[in-house]
Amino acid sequence: MADGATSTISVPSTAPSEPLVQKPAVAEPKRTALLGVIVGALGSVQQAIFPAIAAAFGIGITGWGILIGLGIGLAIAVGGAVFSYIRWKRLTYTIGEQDIRVESGILSRSARSVPYERIQDVSLEQKLVPRLLGLVAVKFETGAGGGDDLALTYLVEAEGERLRELVRERRDDPNGATRPSNSDGEAAAPERAEEGEALFTMGPRRLFTFGLFEFSLAVFAVLAGLLQYLDTFFDIEVWDVDFWRDLASEQGGWLLELGAYAQALSVAFGLIFVFIVGLGTGLFRTFSREWDFRLERTARGFRRRRGLFTHTDVVMPVHRVQGITIGTRFIRYRFGWHSLKFVSLAQDAGSSSHVVAPFAQLDELDPIVAAAGFSRPSPNAQWHRAAPEYRNVTIGFNLAIFLTIALIVAIATPIYAPEWTLVAIAIPLTLAIGDVAVEFLSWRFKKHTLEADQIASMSGLLAPSTKIATRVKLHSVEIAQGPIARLFGYATLHLGMAGGEMAIKGIPLDRAREVRARVLETIAATDFSELESSVQTQAA
Amino acid sequence: MDTVAASAPLPAQSETPVAYDDEALTKVDPAYKTALRISVAMSAIPALIGIAIADTAIHSRFDEAVPIPYGVIIGLAVFVALAIIIRLPGRRWQARGYNMSADRLRVVRGILFRSDTVVPFGRVQHIDVDQGPIERFLDIATLTLHTAGNHNASVKLPGLKHETARDMREEIRQRIKRDSL
Repeated sequence: MADGATSTISVPSTAPSEPLVQKPAVAEPKRTALLGVIVGALGSVQQAIFPAIAAAFGIGITGWGILIGLGIGLAIAVGGAVFSYIRWKRLTYTIGEQDIRVESGILSRSARSVPYERIQDVSLEQKLVPRLLGLVAVKFETGAGGGDDLALTYLVEAEGERLRELVRERRDDPNGATRPSNSDGEAAAPERAEEGEALFTMGPRRLFTFGLFEFSLAVFAVLAGLLQYLDTFFDIEVWDVDFWRDLASEQGGWLLELGAYAQALSVAFGLIFVFIVGLGTGLFRTFSREWDFRLERTARGFRRRRGLFTHTDVVMPVHRVQGITIGTRFIRYRFGWHSLKFVSLAQDAGSSSHVVAPFAQLDELDPIVAAAGFSRPSPNAQWHRAAPEYRNVTIGFNLAIFLTIALIVAIATPIYAPEWTLVAIAIPLTLAIGDVAVEFLSWRFKKHTLEADQIASMSGLLAPSTKIATRVKLHSVEIAQGPIARLFGYATLHLGMAGGEMAIKGIPLDRAREVRARVLETIAATDFSELESSVQTQAA
Repeated sequence: MDTVAASAPLPAQSETPVAYDDEALTKVDPAYKTALRISVAMSAIPALIGIAIADTAIHSRFDEAVPIPYGVIIGLAVFVALAIIIRLPGRRWQARGYNMSADRLRVVRGILFRSDTVVPFGRVQHIDVDQGPIERFLDIATLTLHTAGNHNASVKLPGLKHETARDMREEIRQRIKRDSL
């Protein structure tokens, strides 16, 4: 697990040496870091490149074209830089007693206020350029829908870290700034608590293995897209067969004259090349995203840092974890690799769950799962399967689709291509048989269990995934039945989970009712306000 | 794998038996049927007018070429609309019911696609009592319970007498502890 090479951390970590919480006498509006304007300006230069090239080529690369192209590029870049300066000038933020306020806007002004108690977590993100300039984007997650919460781009690293600490203090103790108990002696404590016990790290060797499993041919899709983009500027018809045929006969006439053996060899080399590119893409993406992955258990919650070019630093409070998902994929599962995600109200780079261990063996996951207050279902857990009727209906439904396709094919092919009729009919029929087998087998692996304080469901034949939720943190239970489900007496059980979905499909109606009754018994025993007791007890 | 119980209703479990939610359901106010009828009729009238205009236009233009005599399409549309207006609200009312116990509200709805939802009061974030214009005319209201879960973020119970809805809201509100609001 500890593959070493953790010494290359260039993380701002906890830089400031002075006490973190200085009591602001008057909350006054502040500006973000001026250096951030440079990031904005660089961004607009980047945006200017393509229009400039397009203009230059559009008018003609010789003579005036290149000058006009340069002019357009320059205008966009300068305009963007000026715009980002004005935007910086017009954006202020205020760290108040109760909330953070951001006032922004060049022509139309907007003021947003986010109360500390509603901030789910604060994450720090550093893309490559801001990182070189020592800047950080601070994002405040409130769990409000839409994901457009509050972000301050960019602050100096130390200021970002200080702000995060401050938000955490204020949130946990709304009167913190004025309370006598929160003396200077205590104020420094959270800083030390920040460096917690490492739960999971990934060194270069682990990343290499991970990258191999992330084999991806996405680069070819990107290349195809680029070629298509180019053919609007150049006289290349990417989708024109003649173009390629001409190219082959002009440039590679020798290729056609080679013997069958050599042709086979070149195909083999081509495949090897594709394979290497796929591996390279996977490795590159993995290394850049997961570089120096560290998950720590700190006094305040889980802290995750990762990233080679874009560095992110996310802290999530333990009590906010609503459920966990253990997933895997087809090939990596054969080698025992799994991923672990936490479901919470906060968003993580667009997805609704936080990846806390992207690539780990099950025994490595156990401490993380335990730290979040969960446990993997015990070996002698009482599993319940979906109703056999549900399986049969699913199989019947899929069969009907395949047979319809086969029927259409059987009617259509004799008209257009009679010699292929048998093959064409055989394909959907073979698929149908395969589907029945898969459905039949995967039914055996689709199961759920109720344990003392959690509910777990498993599904998947080739790549099983497990979803676990705390019974007490569920919000509602629904039994849903369509007409066919009612006919055969099974139901889908929907569990209301904050920040995620959990549904157990196709279980017998009686079992659904039993699970609902038991889960509700647990829920009703605890009020919502007691769920987050660590946050709200001081309200009394 | 031996412990897997396929469809046996209740295998020997270590857990103690619990009370199922099968108390008798309370029907919502019959005025709910009227409200449904009015709203279905309101959305059907524009469609019917559209069909009538289209039918008239087609017949006035190519009178000879149209195989169906004038009025049949309009008649059919009116018949379908009437059938829906008369038949459906009654069945939907029949399918809908609720039960409020000491610590939870159970809402059942749906003719074809049945749904049976239970919301514990301890998980209610806030409560709405809404009245649209039709509902106000009929003195009924919709009670909505909001939860923090993604699924069933808001559970609606329409067709309650306005007074009943307000009483239920007060009762649920009292069960939610003050400090959580």
